[in-house]
Amino acid sequence: MVVNGVGEISTVWVFGGTSDLAIATVAELARDGIARVVLLCRDVKRADGVVTMLTERHPRMEVHVRPFDGSDIDRVPDVIARLTADFGDVDVAIVAHALLGADVDLLGDATGLRELGDVNYTGTTVVLASVARQMSLQKYGRLVLFSSVAGERVRRANVAYGASKAGIDAFAQGLDHVLVEHGASVLIVRPGFVRTKMTTGMADAPMSTTPEKVGRSVARAIRSRKRIIWVPAQLRWVFMVLRHLPTWLWRRLPV
Amino acid sequence: MTELRLSGWGRTAWSTSEVVSTSDVAIAREAAVESGPRGATARGLGRAYGAAAQNAGGRVIEFLDRSGALPIDLDVETGVLRASAAVSIEEVLHHSVPRGWFVPVTPGTRLVTLGGAVASDVHGKNHHVDGSIGRHVERIGILLSDGRRTEIGPDLHPDWFWATVGGMGLTGLITDVVLRMRPVETAAMRVETRRIPDIDSMFTVMSEDDDSFPYSVAWIDLMATGRSLGRGVLTVGRHASLAETGKTGADTEYRTRALLGAPRVVPNGLLNRASIRAFNEMWYRRAPRKPEMSTESIPAFFHPLDGVRNWNRMYGRSGFVQYQFIVPPGREDAMTSIVAEFARGGIGSFLAVLKKMGPSNEGMLSFPTEGWTLALDLPAGSDRLAPLLHRIDEMVIDSGGRHYLAKDCHLMPWAVRAGYPRLKEWQKVRDEMDPIGIWTSDLARRLDLVPMNGNGRFEQSKKKDDL
Repeated sequence: MVVNGVGEISTVWVFGGTSDLAIATVAELARDGIARVVLLCRDVKRADGVVTMLTERHPRMEVHVRPFDGSDIDRVPDVIARLTADFGDVDVAIVAHALLGADVDLLGDATGLRELGDVNYTGTTVVLASVARQMSLQKYGRLVLFSSVAGERVRRANVAYGASKAGIDAFAQGLDHVLVEHGASVLIVRPGFVRTKMTTGMADAPMSTTPEKVGRSVARAIRSRKRIIWVPAQLRWVFMVLRHLPTWLWRRLPV
Repeated sequence: MTELRLSGWGRTAWSTSEVVSTSDVAIAREAAVESGPRGATARGLGRAYGAAAQNAGGRVIEFLDRSGALPIDLDVETGVLRASAAVSIEEVLHHSVPRGWFVPVTPGTRLVTLGGAVASDVHGKNHHVDGSIGRHVERIGILLSDGRRTEIGPDLHPDWFWATVGGMGLTGLITDVVLRMRPVETAAMRVETRRIPDIDSMFTVMSEDDDSFPYSVAWIDLMATGRSLGRGVLTVGRHASLAETGKTGADTEYRTRALLGAPRVVPNGLLNRASIRAFNEMWYRRAPRKPEMSTESIPAFFHPLDGVRNWNRMYGRSGFVQYQFIVPPGREDAMTSIVAEFARGGIGSFLAVLKKMGPSNEGMLSFPTEGWTLALDLPAGSDRLAPLLHRIDEMVIDSGGRHYLAKDCHLMPWAVRAGYPRLKEWQKVRDEMDPIGIWTSDLARRLDLVPMNGNGRFEQSKKKDDL
């Protein structure tokens, strides 16, 4: 990431610009200075609140909103080209868009399964790779993927989501192997259960966290050389153990 | 061609560029024309403090005379000098001073190329009398993005000329400069130094028109507060006459040997508030209370810092920031408030310089204009620095002033739009000179000076809001 002489970022792109975690991260980054933010989301109207919040706090910051449909995979390279044409180089790109697929019936909804895979996995690989391409031309950049602990070991409650996160997490790790040769890098964020719009109505899980806490951790990590962070941090050790539990025990856990 | 990490003199905001180093116009042309999607940036001796001469992921053409072998054509009768833009002011002075000629304008370092000097429209201690370097340039040879080399001047394609003077290298690569020099009898300066107790006295004394000393600048103690706010040392000078020294420029060898070099590795925080405060106190007390005359060499008077090679290393790994701006005449109150803000800001500066500036030239993006300028160094790395500078940015723009792009390393686009009323006009001429969109730099990208990714160089999406 090329920051200016006093540590401020020029341009941040946010895929999933209405995601609570992404917004919290941008709000935190903005406190240290961002010149321009581009929010990409399916329904631009829903971004009005975010735009107001950001511009009120940071009157000199430019905030733009662009429509982005994560399932329209073929259009993705064009979306990226448009972004660079309109806004120039990208210092930090946050990829946070995802479908939870809570209402996808695993055994009965092939269409729903496919849609979720398209948005969360296939489409996101193309988004990540297209942004990575731009960063490889720039020879700098920080690409941030919101993964999840749900991908560390898939649970019955969200199979499709967890599996897609497992896949995209691995893809991002691999992409980093390539990107570092070009002067840019990837940051993978693995939050645990976060109380957000996405999880409204769901039972709280142990070691749950808030968007603000995630935002602070991610903003700090973006400026570091870290590759993978867990929020909260101790989840790393928790999952190190959980990963090796025998299947019958894993299935019984109330997590 | 090598891939290098480059930064400005402040050693912040590093990026990676493919560097071609040459003083040969043919090689520079090829490097420019074949520069690829990230375009090209001209670089001289790298004295711009920010990112004006680097190009992340792109090409940098270091147009520099490393061997000192490039010819300097000085007409000793008329004082007209013709040289490659790759030649430095130091080389020019080595040639010209013994022959009785001096550069009409020099910045605080002689280690800048003529190309860089014109691209930044440098100014010096005599700006209030003689203007910036653009006023003394007769002709510029420039390499355009289509590979053509053409000549421009105030009477020859003047809009292109005045877009290039102060244009930060974004109109083309300057290949040659024709400069009107000024006659000097000796290689010495007669200098008057005195202590000034506070900023109001500073404004008063510096406003007194004193024709006998065309060079004038004040060092300001930015750590002083209260009644001593803006106290400092005023230095005024003029070229010594032959009668005064008895030795011509040819007699006195114009010596520019660097006295020492800064160590390669300097621990961070060597220059901290305590050490800076101590230095400032010493420097202020050292100056005489009443004006005292002395004789100094040209290097000592004009380019004191050049005596320490790589002095920018003294700020350690996190580097430093140079901040320079102008407030218009009549806004001394704004300058006083800004000095107070810096004094309060908690980040020490030991090199702060105040100067009275004269009228601007026709350069559309040229910095110098009438008013008062303050230039200071601040160690980078403190997280109080960004908010402090942003507060000052607002104060500068509020007062009707602007910032110097050759020093800038942090501004956001709004401050350039607000400070340079002729920006759009400049952009139009620039795009005319560079329709392909090759010439760029990290600075240009950060400040939105050039079209994003070049006009026509990339496939633009057809309709703006259709996705």
